[in-house]
Amino acid sequence: MLNYSLRRLGSAVPTLFLLITFAFFLIRVAPGGPFDSERALPPEIEANLAAKYHLDEPLVVQYARYLWQMVRGDLGPSFHYLDWSVNDLIAQGAPVSFALGLAALVLALAIGVVVGAWAALRQNRPTDYTVMSIAMVGISIPNFVMAPLLILVFAVMLGWLPAGGWAFSFDRMVLPVITLALPMIAYIARITRGSMIEVLHSSYIRTVRAKGMPEKEVILRHALKPALLPVISYLGPAAAAILTGSVVVERIFTIPGIGSYFVQGALNRDYTLVMGVVILYGVLIILFNFLVDLLYAWLDPRIRYDEGGTET
Amino acid sequence: MLVLAFGLAGCGADSGEAPAPPPRLPEPMEVAFDEAGRPLEAALARTQVIHRGNGEEPQTLDPHLAEGVPSANILRDLFEGLTTTAPDGRIVPGAARHWDISRDGLTYTFYLDPQARWSNGEPLTAQDFVWSWQRAVAPATGASNSRMLAPVLHAEAIFSGELEPEALGVTALSDTTFQVQLADPTPYFLGLLTHPTTYPVWRPSLEAFGASHVRPGNLVSNGAFVLSDWQVRSRIELSRNEHYREADAVVVERVVYYSFEDENTEFNRFRAGDLHWTYQVPSGQFSWLERNMGEALMVAPWFGTYFFSFNLTREPFKEDLALRRALTLAIDRNILTERVSRFGEIPTFNLIPPGLPDYVPPVPEWADLSQAEREQEARRLYRQAGYGPDRALSVELRYNTSENHRKIAVAVAAMWKQVLGVRTRLVNEEFRVFLQNRAQRRVTQIFRAGWIGDYQDAFTFLELFHSGHGRNDAGYDNPRYDRLLERIASERIAASRRNLMAEAERMILADQVILPVYTYVSKRLVDPRLQGWQENVMDHHLTRHMFLVKAKSSVEPSEEVGDGD
Repeated sequence: MLNYSLRRLGSAVPTLFLLITFAFFLIRVAPGGPFDSERALPPEIEANLAAKYHLDEPLVVQYARYLWQMVRGDLGPSFHYLDWSVNDLIAQGAPVSFALGLAALVLALAIGVVVGAWAALRQNRPTDYTVMSIAMVGISIPNFVMAPLLILVFAVMLGWLPAGGWAFSFDRMVLPVITLALPMIAYIARITRGSMIEVLHSSYIRTVRAKGMPEKEVILRHALKPALLPVISYLGPAAAAILTGSVVVERIFTIPGIGSYFVQGALNRDYTLVMGVVILYGVLIILFNFLVDLLYAWLDPRIRYDEGGTET
Repeated sequence: MLVLAFGLAGCGADSGEAPAPPPRLPEPMEVAFDEAGRPLEAALARTQVIHRGNGEEPQTLDPHLAEGVPSANILRDLFEGLTTTAPDGRIVPGAARHWDISRDGLTYTFYLDPQARWSNGEPLTAQDFVWSWQRAVAPATGASNSRMLAPVLHAEAIFSGELEPEALGVTALSDTTFQVQLADPTPYFLGLLTHPTTYPVWRPSLEAFGASHVRPGNLVSNGAFVLSDWQVRSRIELSRNEHYREADAVVVERVVYYSFEDENTEFNRFRAGDLHWTYQVPSGQFSWLERNMGEALMVAPWFGTYFFSFNLTREPFKEDLALRRALTLAIDRNILTERVSRFGEIPTFNLIPPGLPDYVPPVPEWADLSQAEREQEARRLYRQAGYGPDRALSVELRYNTSENHRKIAVAVAAMWKQVLGVRTRLVNEEFRVFLQNRAQRRVTQIFRAGWIGDYQDAFTFLELFHSGHGRNDAGYDNPRYDRLLERIASERIAASRRNLMAEAERMILADQVILPVYTYVSKRLVDPRLQGWQENVMDHHLTRHMFLVKAKSSVEPSEEVGDGD
């Protein structure tokens, strides 16, 4: 296992390097620059700004400079939020996004798996259809519709919860977490149902049933574990996405997470900020995919990485 | 967003003709004032904490580097220039208690208020201003608005690197006497001094902390408030500055500015009672707001013009005045403001908005025609330019991404089609791409523009069309116009200067460089208990003039609002 982990870590480095290279040059292809504004700057000042942020150097030199800084853990100054460095901005925003994302993830997993398994056990019965229809609606309603609706009902009309704003407190997290979790619950429920049905029809479940094992045991000990494999592989990238925030949810609930930086950063041509969040996202994806593989091995005894077994 | 609009329409329409106003807008108590103009305690709310919605997160709170309205709003609370604005927008003494202007209008001597202090208690001196202004004009600083100080002697040479910043025409005659030499008499100079670029900055803090000198705890300022907390993209909190020269007259204890990326979100926060003041209102909901929140909806003319601009350097508009005029006359501005933008914007045929104390915009003759007559004239000019049913003009109308811009562009294209038969291709571009295309003048034909005046003078609009101006995206190059601008800059007699400016605006309109649409309005929702402020054309609203009044009922929702975040 250790061997495998080290190998995975080794392959992560070139992946990240490619990602950084690609992102670095791609963002600079976009027309316009970070200091363009409706107000035209005197050329001398423009030149000075370019020099201050090294934008006057050849792109390759800038790239090398960026890599060198990054290796030392410095993501550079933000080109848009002039008083802050990218490290500052991510340090302020990431805990917010992580907290929301983690809460949504736990909620979605708990509800999604239970609901999905429950529907699978009542396959093709009214309960199944109802639950799956609700899940379909959950997937289809976009969060930019769901969020204002929740605000309108629970904050403006009923006045039970705040209409937005951020604090690490239960009442301010409820609505954004629900908004984030709803589509995930729906996805997880559908995936769980599908794979659960498949597992329930497999021969080894028939065998344990034939042996007279109580149904509860069959479901919890034998069926659920393998049925979770597809959920786990969905969770890897999904967790990375949800932990890095959501533009829509942040906008609508005025949450200072890092999700907005992906979009605002690009619109503002805040090169370093975009790079910062892209790198963070990349690292998380790699990390979670790695965790998924480890979980796979734990859940499915047929998968063993260091013994020349099959890798899925 | 669509759903929200339906939801709102639903709330208003369900209960018949006159729905009751939302219960969360409390009625304020009557306020009495003492001789000094300070509101009497009896009617004041116990907690004086104001929550203001403030648009986008400010790029920076360094007054010399800041750009845009959101940061200027906060900076006007944190800092104070030599002059400042009264609630009604008049220019009044700020850090300078009074001043002398030499006969030739070229030397200004400011006498600082001896009470003026930095927020750390140190006295504010003339040397502080000298150093700060030199910093603001130094190219190394990279101040985006440094051109505000362009009228000061040698500023231009410093911008272009010919002279050192120390050569700037400013001197500290004593600790409290600050003298400015101007290159040209600049009648609006006192107004410029309310702009953040002219604010003093605290040198030791800058030298000690560099770029992070504006963080809470590091920032030393000289205004009515100090920075006490800053959570990026969430809230910026200011508290009363005990060392402010008029600290006794400031009623508000704290003001919290919230940044919003979405106007509907801000509106919901206001409806939920979390805000006293919004930065904007949701577009397209004017009638609902007017019916249901009329007492909170504040709309007033603003110092800005929404217009389209022609690219004069390329076909089809190059050298074709008749065609440009035809397109200008063919659009019905009343429909655009009443049916499309719908926020009480004022239709205009001018470049310079109304409301300046000493300027009357010249009205072009077609403004007095009826719309039918204008359209007839438009058709005549269109034919004169060589176009007609068998040879229709095809044109590209370019605008930057925004719901309002899109709606206006669609309507304008429809009007051209209907009146003249013009085929318009709408091109929507992301803001920076749009700016770059405009500046390059290679692909543009007609494009959206708009300008909010920087200072209270017609010149802030006129200078845009100088052949050498960096934002002259129309490519207007008229030596007569350039000479006129130079004469305006050096004219010392107010009446002649006024006439010259009117002549310059007439020239822009006669040459049909732009297609004016409407005068901007400022629009926001304000809790009726928040008082002490007034509408003004520059839309400057300093928190130090404001105060919160008790509600008539005994409950005070404001005391529990939004403080938790």
